[in-house]
Amino acid sequence: MLDFITPFLVNSAVQAITPILLAALAGTLCGRVGVFNMALEGQMLVGAFAAVVGSYATGSALGGIAAATLATVAFSLILAYGVTVFRGDAVVICVGMNLLASGLTAYLLRQMFGVSGTFSDPAIVGLEKIRIAAINGWPVIGWIFSRQTALTWVAWILVAVVTVVMFRTPLGLRLRGVGEDAEAAETMGVDVTRYRIVTVLVAGAIVGLAGAQLSLGTVSIFSEDMSAGRGWIAVVAVMLGRNHPLYAALACVLFGFADAFSVRLQGQGLPNQVTDVVPYVVTLVALVLTHTKRRRRQDPTITASP
Amino acid sequence: MSDVARPMRRLLRIPPVPLAILVGVVLGGLLVLVSGGNPVEAYAAIVTGSLAWDSLPNTLNWAVPLVGMTLVAAIPLRGGMINLGGDGQMVIGGLVAALVPLYLPGPGPLLIVVAILAAMVASGLYATIAAWGETRHGIPMLISSLLLSYPAIGICSYVVGFPLRDTTTGLAQTPMIPEAARLPVLSGPLNAGLLVMLVVAVLVVLYDRFTVGGYELRMRGLNARFAGYGGVPLARQMTGVMFASGAIAGLVGALIVLGSQFRFQDGALLSPGYTWSGLMAALLAGGEPLGAILAGAFFAALQTGGFAMQRETSIPRVLTMVLQSIIILFLAIRHGVGRRRETR
Repeated sequence: MLDFITPFLVNSAVQAITPILLAALAGTLCGRVGVFNMALEGQMLVGAFAAVVGSYATGSALGGIAAATLATVAFSLILAYGVTVFRGDAVVICVGMNLLASGLTAYLLRQMFGVSGTFSDPAIVGLEKIRIAAINGWPVIGWIFSRQTALTWVAWILVAVVTVVMFRTPLGLRLRGVGEDAEAAETMGVDVTRYRIVTVLVAGAIVGLAGAQLSLGTVSIFSEDMSAGRGWIAVVAVMLGRNHPLYAALACVLFGFADAFSVRLQGQGLPNQVTDVVPYVVTLVALVLTHTKRRRRQDPTITASP
Repeated sequence: MSDVARPMRRLLRIPPVPLAILVGVVLGGLLVLVSGGNPVEAYAAIVTGSLAWDSLPNTLNWAVPLVGMTLVAAIPLRGGMINLGGDGQMVIGGLVAALVPLYLPGPGPLLIVVAILAAMVASGLYATIAAWGETRHGIPMLISSLLLSYPAIGICSYVVGFPLRDTTTGLAQTPMIPEAARLPVLSGPLNAGLLVMLVVAVLVVLYDRFTVGGYELRMRGLNARFAGYGGVPLARQMTGVMFASGAIAGLVGALIVLGSQFRFQDGALLSPGYTWSGLMAALLAGGEPLGAILAGAFFAALQTGGFAMQRETSIPRVLTMVLQSIIILFLAIRHGVGRRRETR
């Protein structure tokens, strides 16, 4: 059963988890301040597009990452101001943002590069895979940590950083306060609106990294709607992890390995239409299992409107 | 914050939806201008390409599935619920509608009726799974309905890719359904599906306005707790609403298969993106059925015009998608400005 865990599969699973993990991390941040971010899919797509544009224009992957971060932060302004200053409904805004991202990237792809579908060019510089000689040959550790992009490292470091900041610092306490009871936080002198705006924008920067990993990590191309549901998986990971970065990361790992397992099943002759479904079914089963245990207790951060 | 609101308030005297469309048109025009196109030409092509006498049938043809998917989103939205699983539900309906005339004997007209009903029941039942998840286990329907779409699409794709594939072609699709079991043609590209959808749309509007069920659903949309306290059986209502919503998604799939494609082809139902356009149209009207239907028809005209624009100018038709999302985003935000004014 576990023989699908080969060095190559572990390595590619870790690689595939990275964008979802970064997006989920951003989702937990937003969730903690009471903003249900369903726009991860669209934000990731904007990041992926900007990363390719940046890398193409500057000739360096770093330029791609910078462009992805900037573009996604700018795009996130809609959510940040929409749900706070303008008191819009988060779900409506996020649905609109996802469609805007899909339409705008497809439009710009055609107008800027004159192609539709997929844009690939030798001038797009991908992210370098860092090979660590010392651990490269080790089993498991080497498979996981060597030959990964810097963003994979950043993602896992960010999991630790976000966890510590959120639960071990005064800043984190205020953030959680804003999400749990905005009025009480306001009474204590916390500027709720500002906290929400800044958090959503920081989360936007993190999703920008997810986009960069997507379009510059494994392949150096952009194709229309290349986020292909990963943002939604991140939304589910946030829900499964109940806005806790560590549990959300765990959910991402579960999904990544379900994905690797499905590739393995495909190798055994099952058609890919069936195996593609495996990660989603695993996610659904996980949703059912985690929810039956605490039946009918509503998650305040998911349903609460800011 | 009132500094932001004051100049906006003057603009707010224009009714919100025309204002949102205006904002969308202006921003979209700027986008065209920046990317080196001529916005006036682009919009002229959209208008003549959708509303001119020759293009009107195409617009209506595009409107049938889009308005259908608008209703799919609008019915739950009326009660404050969101069904994101329209894609999966539509695909199930399309597949069932293709299989019935292919594998059941009988006279053509009867097969059409059976195929449509079977498609509606299958999709409706599939949609209730998400409702069951929320009422029984507390899994938010918003996300489970979306996640359930993927297995449905995957399984349908497998079925036409392997066991029931038309082996005479290289594509993943079923064989053509017999001519007798196709929807009758009205004129040109229009088929009886238009009439069916018209009847369904009228029924939904009437149900919403004149029945107890419609009233209860509206109450739920305004305040679910209050509705529950007032005796509305919330769990049963959610199941029923999702069944109706899913059934209409199934109907859309069936009408496309029986009326214009005459077979179930992998991916063909999903590529136009009716589900998301429909959801946006429903959101634009806040779930009110008549408004949603009009918004759906408007989006259909916009998208049909987009094809003409792409043909006649070099501007890609995805521009219409950008316009739609700007309109919906502006309305979401503007609505919020209005709401704040009420509370103060």
